Amino acid sequence: MSQGIDAGPPHAATVVARTQESPTIFTLQLRLDDAATQAAYRFAPGQFNMLYLYGVGEVPISIMSDPEERDVIGHTIRAQGRVTQGLAALQPGDQVGLRGPFGRGWPLQEVSGCDVVLVTGGLGCAPVVSVIRYVLRRRERFGKLVIIQGVKHAEDLIWREQYDRWATLPDTQVLVAASEGAAFWPWHVGRVTELFGLANFDPDCAVAMMCGPEGMMHAAADSLLARGLPESRLYLSMERNMQCAVGRCGHCQIGGAFVCRDGPVFNWGEVKALLAHRGF
Amino acid sequence: MFSSPEPAGFLPLDQLHALVARLMQLGYQCLGPAVENDAIVMRELDAPDGLPRGLQAEQAPGRYRLTTDPQHRYFAWANGPQAIKPQAFAPQESLWRVERDAAGMLQFEAVVPNAPAQAIIGVRACDLAALALQDAHFLREGRRDPHYAKRREQLFLVAVQCAEPGATCFCASTGDGPTPTAGYDLALAELPDGFVAVSGSAKGAAVLSALNLSAANAQQVDAVRQQGQAAAAAQTRSLPGRTLRDALMSRLEHPRWDEVASRCLACGNCTAVCPTCFCHAEIDGPALDGEASRHERIWDSCFGESHGHLHGFNVRPDIRSRYRQWLTHKLATWHDQFGRSGCVGCGRCIAWCPVGIDLTEEVAALTGSGVSHE
Repeated sequence: MSQGIDAGPPHAATVVARTQESPTIFTLQLRLDDAATQAAYRFAPGQFNMLYLYGVGEVPISIMSDPEERDVIGHTIRAQGRVTQGLAALQPGDQVGLRGPFGRGWPLQEVSGCDVVLVTGGLGCAPVVSVIRYVLRRRERFGKLVIIQGVKHAEDLIWREQYDRWATLPDTQVLVAASEGAAFWPWHVGRVTELFGLANFDPDCAVAMMCGPEGMMHAAADSLLARGLPESRLYLSMERNMQCAVGRCGHCQIGGAFVCRDGPVFNWGEVKALLAHRGF
Repeated sequence: MFSSPEPAGFLPLDQLHALVARLMQLGYQCLGPAVENDAIVMRELDAPDGLPRGLQAEQAPGRYRLTTDPQHRYFAWANGPQAIKPQAFAPQESLWRVERDAAGMLQFEAVVPNAPAQAIIGVRACDLAALALQDAHFLREGRRDPHYAKRREQLFLVAVQCAEPGATCFCASTGDGPTPTAGYDLALAELPDGFVAVSGSAKGAAVLSALNLSAANAQQVDAVRQQGQAAAAAQTRSLPGRTLRDALMSRLEHPRWDEVASRCLACGNCTAVCPTCFCHAEIDGPALDGEASRHERIWDSCFGESHGHLHGFNVRPDIRSRYRQWLTHKLATWHDQFGRSGCVGCGRCIAWCPVGIDLTEEVAALTGSGVSHE
């Protein structure tokens, strides 16, 4: 399992804790029922698991807990489709199936000693939040941390207190924008890309990681590259229909790559050509 | 002849049943051509002499009609709607199952397919090339699919040389036919009085030696070579090259994609008959009493609306992007994945397209290489 070559059947896992993050977003802390399997479970931030809801089906969910947290495996999920709405109804003690981890995670080794720029769009992007937490727990290994988050509506921002807290940390910059603001919204109102000029990082020693709607990532990539960040240090996490998670079922292909196996994290240069064409 | 180091044997026409009998004796369920729903399909033979003669089919874009071979040959038909793909990559099968035990806890278990030993008689060169690509996908190093592997290792493949290609065939241009060169256990080439036979595996050699055939003479071997050359020359369709990757990927916004999308029904027939398409959906089939569920895979198509579905948006909401996905995967990005094109020139997607969309014509229009037939 730790090799991530796990086409099935899934392993039984039990919900040990459940947190409601927003009206539609919740976090499940899972523990594999077999103690030895749980103890042997390893993953890298940016990888994902397939979570199985009994009798309904599987969904790919990125892992947001810390890789050194060996006791539970955390997943933040938006109740959206048949499976995730069912997962939302689970309570501590309920069981699911879990297989994974799958795919290629973030290049956290390459980041060592450099600034980390994290760009997310949409509703609380778990793959990137896992990196924020990873960096904060190992603060001495990294340079400045820049967190750039864009949401459509102010109320879409989950973990808002955490953004407030992160903004107070040394060497940490938080830039948040909502296209539509709300009362007491302390951040920018407008497009997130308007904030890139404020981002404080050293383009010669920085790595950027992005996650969110592809249009937003395109605009973010343009801004970051214009700031002098080399393309080789710009990464993104892709989302595609994934059913097998082992590069077999074909749904997640983007060009010759299987997102589940070759991604979900890609270097910008690997996918930029196809991202420019709608339909891949 | 079939690039085999083994000397070719000669199986007289009236002894073909002895080969089938031998395979049956070895415990193989023998599949051969049969007519079903006005098309040639592979079905189990009930007796060693059960292979039909004189079957033929006329093929054209959007057209497949059974005809009769005036020479009354066994294998003068080009191909039917299915290659041997269903024998290794089952159209629908269970991958694993889960049930609630007495305490209500989930118990998962793998489902191992019950795959019979099957001998398939009448496999074409294009089908062998396609099977090699399916092998590359499903038996990938380190990610061997146990379901595919179990079925695949049970197959005994008796290939035949195509003497009468269909009008939709273009295997000569993809380099995959019409004469089988690899991937078979036995290969036959049909001549008026019998079959030149060679083996391509130890299993095949053992079957051949048990038949005690006399050696094929030089004249017979030469007739087979000429028959192969004539069958290649008779093909009227072709692709403008074997590496179309860059030509297609540099034309992703070509107006032809809109034009073909206006004709394409997105029915998925082309993907259902394509011998190399591997996409499949994973679905759950819960038992009616709620006490168990089966997790199954079922052939899927990139022409379906659900293929590119994500919460909130569809990666390929229109037919233009679906047709482009199919064609560019098959002919372009397949090179990145498997080191060659995913098209073996069988022409099935042309014959079985209800509106007669012709892949070779689309490629010619896209790459500006002129319509490559007629």
